[in-house]
Amino acid sequence: MTRDLGQVPVHGLDQLAAQIPNGAKIAVPPDYSGVAMALTRAMIRCGLRDLHVVCVPVSGLQVEMLAGAGCLGAVETSAITLGEYGTAYRFQAALKAGAFRMMDATCPAVHAAIQAGGKGIPFMPLRGLLGTDLLKNRPDWTVIDNPFSKDEDPVVLLPAIRPDFAIFHAPFADRNGNIFIGRRRELVAMAHAATQSLVTVEEIRDVDLLASEESAAGTLTAAYIGGIAEAPRGAWPIKLWDIYEYDEDHLKLYGEMARTAEGFAGYCDRFVQDQKAAE
Amino acid sequence: MTSFSRQELLITTIARLLQGCRLVATGASSPIPGAGALLARAQSNGRMRVNVLGSVRNDFLCDGGVELFDLAGQGRLDAFFLGGGQIDGEANINLVGAGGEYPQTAVRWPGSFGSGYLYYLVPRVILFREEHTRRVLVQTVDFISSAGPKNDGTYRPGGPIGLLTNLCWFAFDRDKRRFRLDSVHPGHTVEEVRDNTGFEFDCADEVPSTAVPDAATLTLLRTRIAAEIAETYPRFVAQVFPDLAAAGE
Repeated sequence: MTRDLGQVPVHGLDQLAAQIPNGAKIAVPPDYSGVAMALTRAMIRCGLRDLHVVCVPVSGLQVEMLAGAGCLGAVETSAITLGEYGTAYRFQAALKAGAFRMMDATCPAVHAAIQAGGKGIPFMPLRGLLGTDLLKNRPDWTVIDNPFSKDEDPVVLLPAIRPDFAIFHAPFADRNGNIFIGRRRELVAMAHAATQSLVTVEEIRDVDLLASEESAAGTLTAAYIGGIAEAPRGAWPIKLWDIYEYDEDHLKLYGEMARTAEGFAGYCDRFVQDQKAAE
Repeated sequence: MTSFSRQELLITTIARLLQGCRLVATGASSPIPGAGALLARAQSNGRMRVNVLGSVRNDFLCDGGVELFDLAGQGRLDAFFLGGGQIDGEANINLVGAGGEYPQTAVRWPGSFGSGYLYYLVPRVILFREEHTRRVLVQTVDFISSAGPKNDGTYRPGGPIGLLTNLCWFAFDRDKRRFRLDSVHPGHTVEEVRDNTGFEFDCADEVPSTAVPDAATLTLLRTRIAAEIAETYPRFVAQVFPDLAAAGE
């Protein structure tokens, strides 16, 4: 029986997923930062719909599975890729079927808009993007003339992103609900921009991360955290930092099964609905 | 002459193109550029820093995903690599999709990644795409993920220096906004390049052959560099350097 950590409630995975309403805007990190895959499976079990997923700045299996399960309303991302592990079949099929709104971006644009969200300012300017079809297909972005330049100098403005939830997986939480994020500072940016963060951790440790400068420097403070669930190997089958690697055999299996909608449904029966098979 | 693989020629060519850089970064799904950058670093006598996305040991950035882009914004990043599902004769690149109407394109690729920004800011962008066909090297891309330099007054300290493929190295002439065939890889011909390129390019009467790696460079690549890149791209190393992969098991 886990107690809450200071003011941060500790939940089971399904209970944590149940905090997210249909239509919520969620920010998720790239594979190298720590993806909450156990929580993602719980979100699919909950039957969440119409999620607006902001990938900071890209995603892979997480959005692929949410697409396959019909959870998506919009995807704001700079790429969806399974990397060396093949094609994101379910994502591509859902995109072609027009199942969600696609908002193609470029990585620093997502970072900049999330930073604006974290600062509570309305927008952020960004270099680049001029002359692209990315810009053409983003009516929410706009171009102004740099007001500080004597010469003509067009620059793109991006509206701030304020997600309802930042969702990620980290190695551990301390006894007060502070999260160790190491140098994965995009997690901090996401948490600052979001109304609250839902975080899964490998373990809860009876330490105080804020007790020393050394550990505090790699900490996301509990003030941003809306809920925590303990999930050992919670990024599986994705890697977690240098703590564990991709489960290559499982990703191959996923790649084979997810080629068709029926195959994906079979995968979910085995590895999503049956929680014990995966965790 | 020592024999070498296609990938080894590409890696050593990339290392040569990076000479003199102080800071080089590679992006997602980039094993050959990653190996090329690590090789160039090994040959630089400690003068070059390399950041491999997805690596733990060869990633010195500590301020999250945004730091690489901030480095580029300030002009600190000397070289980067971009590819494309399509690349056209004016160096526009498409990483999003082809055919049909966006966003429901007939073919969908992962997405633009950092290209829509880095292409404008990094002075030595190397376009890299192994497949050299008319399907990839097209007259005009279907979607512009990132635009080639247009000399239109847009703030643009960066841009492509050229395009490396399985067949050749094209240099990009920024004033003419055209590629120029600079060297053809051993075993291939100008005619073959012409047959498989969907855009027009400049070409001298005599086009030299791409320089091949020497034995010392190949040894360095097959030992230390292969081991370094295996951390991030194990499947690539198992495929291209099977001896090293076997030794490591």
